Amino acid sequence: MIEGEVSPVGEVGIVSYGAYVPHFRITPDEIGKVWGVDGKAMGKGLMITSKSVPSPDEDTVTIAVEAARNMMSRSAVDPKEIGALYVGSESHPYAVKPTGTIVAEAIEAAPNLTVADFEFACKAGTAAIQTCMGLVGSGMVRYAVAVGADTSQGAPGDALEYSASAGGAAFLIGKEKVIASIDTTYSYTTDTPDFWRREGQLYPRHGGRFTGEPAYFKHVLNGGKGLLEKTETKPTDFAYAVFHQPNGKFPTRVAKQLGFKEEQVRAGMLVSQIGNTYSGAVPLGLAAILDEANPGDRIFAVAYGSGAGSDAFDITVTDEMSRYPKDRAPTLRQLMANPKYLDYATYAKFKGKIVRGRD
Amino acid sequence: MATAPRFWRENPSRYNMVGFKCNSCGRYNFPPRTICPVCRRKSVGRIEPVKLKGTGKIFSLTETHEGMDTQNVQKPYVVAMVELDEGAMVTGQVIDCDASELRIGTKVRIALRKLSEEGTAGVIHYGYKFTLVRDGPDGPGDE
Ligand SMILES: [Zn+2]
Repeated sequence: MIEGEVSPVGEVGIVSYGAYVPHFRITPDEIGKVWGVDGKAMGKGLMITSKSVPSPDEDTVTIAVEAARNMMSRSAVDPKEIGALYVGSESHPYAVKPTGTIVAEAIEAAPNLTVADFEFACKAGTAAIQTCMGLVGSGMVRYAVAVGADTSQGAPGDALEYSASAGGAAFLIGKEKVIASIDTTYSYTTDTPDFWRREGQLYPRHGGRFTGEPAYFKHVLNGGKGLLEKTETKPTDFAYAVFHQPNGKFPTRVAKQLGFKEEQVRAGMLVSQIGNTYSGAVPLGLAAILDEANPGDRIFAVAYGSGAGSDAFDITVTDEMSRYPKDRAPTLRQLMANPKYLDYATYAKFKGKIVRGRD
Repeated sequence: MATAPRFWRENPSRYNMVGFKCNSCGRYNFPPRTICPVCRRKSVGRIEPVKLKGTGKIFSLTETHEGMDTQNVQKPYVVAMVELDEGAMVTGQVIDCDASELRIGTKVRIALRKLSEEGTAGVIHYGYKFTLVRDGPDGPGDE
C-alpha cells in the first residue's frame, strides 16, 4: 500500500473556473426498455433520473475546450501567462497525441507552456489540480490549468450504461486574485483491480460488487479521514462537501459515514441529473459549489479513481469571490437547463453503437 | 487523403476565429486572406490579422436533409450564414437545436466541435460551429 501525502504549498488556489455539460439526456427507463430491464427501478437504485449524452461531434477535446474557454471568459489573465496545462480523462480521443495540445491552442496559451494528458480513471482531473498546485506553489509557473473531462462509455446492456455520461470542468490555478484557496490536499492510493480497460478495448470492465466496499468506500473514506486528521477539522467546519459520484447512492452513503449532512452535499451532487461524468465528476461538483459559495465558505472535496486512489482537498472561498465576474460564463444550473431527451435508437446512433456499412 | 497539413495551417482561424481587418476600408473579414475582397490592390500591406469575438446573429439559414457524409448522423442539420458582431460573414453548422428554434437574427456564438475525421485511424479535425446564445449571459438561463 502506498499511503501518499501531499504537503501544503502556500498561497495557491483557484483563480478561475469553467464547466461544460452536453445538451442531450437519456433516462434509465428508456435504456431499460431496450434490454428488458426495469429501468425506472434501476434509476431509483442508482439515484439517477437522467444522464448527459454527447453529440456525435463532441468528445473529450471539445468538452475540455468549452470548459476551459468558460474559465478564461471569467478571468483577465493573459493566456500567454499560463505555464502548464493538464487534461485528466479516461476517454482521450487519441491514444497518442495529447488532448491538452488542442486545448492549449484553443485558449491561445500555446506555444510557451508544458502540456500533458493525465490518466487515473475518474480522478485524473484532481491529480492534474495537485500537479498544478505544485508547479505554481514552487514558482515554476505563474498560472497552470487543470481540466477533468470525459465522454465515458458503458457497454450496451451493461449496468454502466445507465450511468456513464459526459462533461467536464477546468480550473485556473495561481497565486494572485485567488477566489478559493486550496489549503491542503491528501491522497490515498493502493493497487485495487475494481475497474479497468485494456489498451485497444472499446469498453471498460469492472469487478461487479467488488467496485463498492474495497474500492470506492475504502479509498474515499480513507482519503476523507486523512484530510480531516491532517487539517484537524471536523465535518461541521465545512459549508460544502463533494464526493466522487458514480451514482447517487455511493456519495450519499460515504458522506453520512464521514459525518456530513445532506445540506452540505446537495449543491455538488449533480449525478442524479447528468449521470457519472467520470473525470468530470468532482470537478463539475466543485464548479457547482463555487457557483453559489460565499467568501469564508469551506469546501471538502474527495475524488475517487478506480485502480485505485482518492484525492482529498480542503478549499476556502476568499473575499476575491465577491469581485469575480461569474456571470461571464454559464453556471452549472444554466448549463443543465433545457436539455433535449433522446430515445435509445438516437442515443445508440450518437454514441456510435450502431455498426454501419460504408456510406 | 492527407489533408492534415492543410487543416493544421488553418488552425488559428478554425479554432479561434482569427480573421482580418482591412485598414483601407475598415471592414472585418473571415477567413484570413492577403487582400481585402472590396479594396483589392488598395489593401495591400494594410491587412491586419484580428481575432473575432465569435458572437453574432443568423443572417440566413437552411435545414439540410442530404448533406455531407461527415454530418450524416446529425441529419437533418442546420447550416447558417452568420453575421458576426464585427460585420464579417461566416457560414457554419448550428448545433444542439432544432431548425424551429432559429430565426433570422437569432443570436449565436462559436463552439469547438469535431468537423470531420480521416477514418477511424486518421487525424480528427476540430473547428468552429455555432450554438444558440439562450437567455442570460451565455447560456440557457430562462428557468
Ligand atoms: Zn477593404
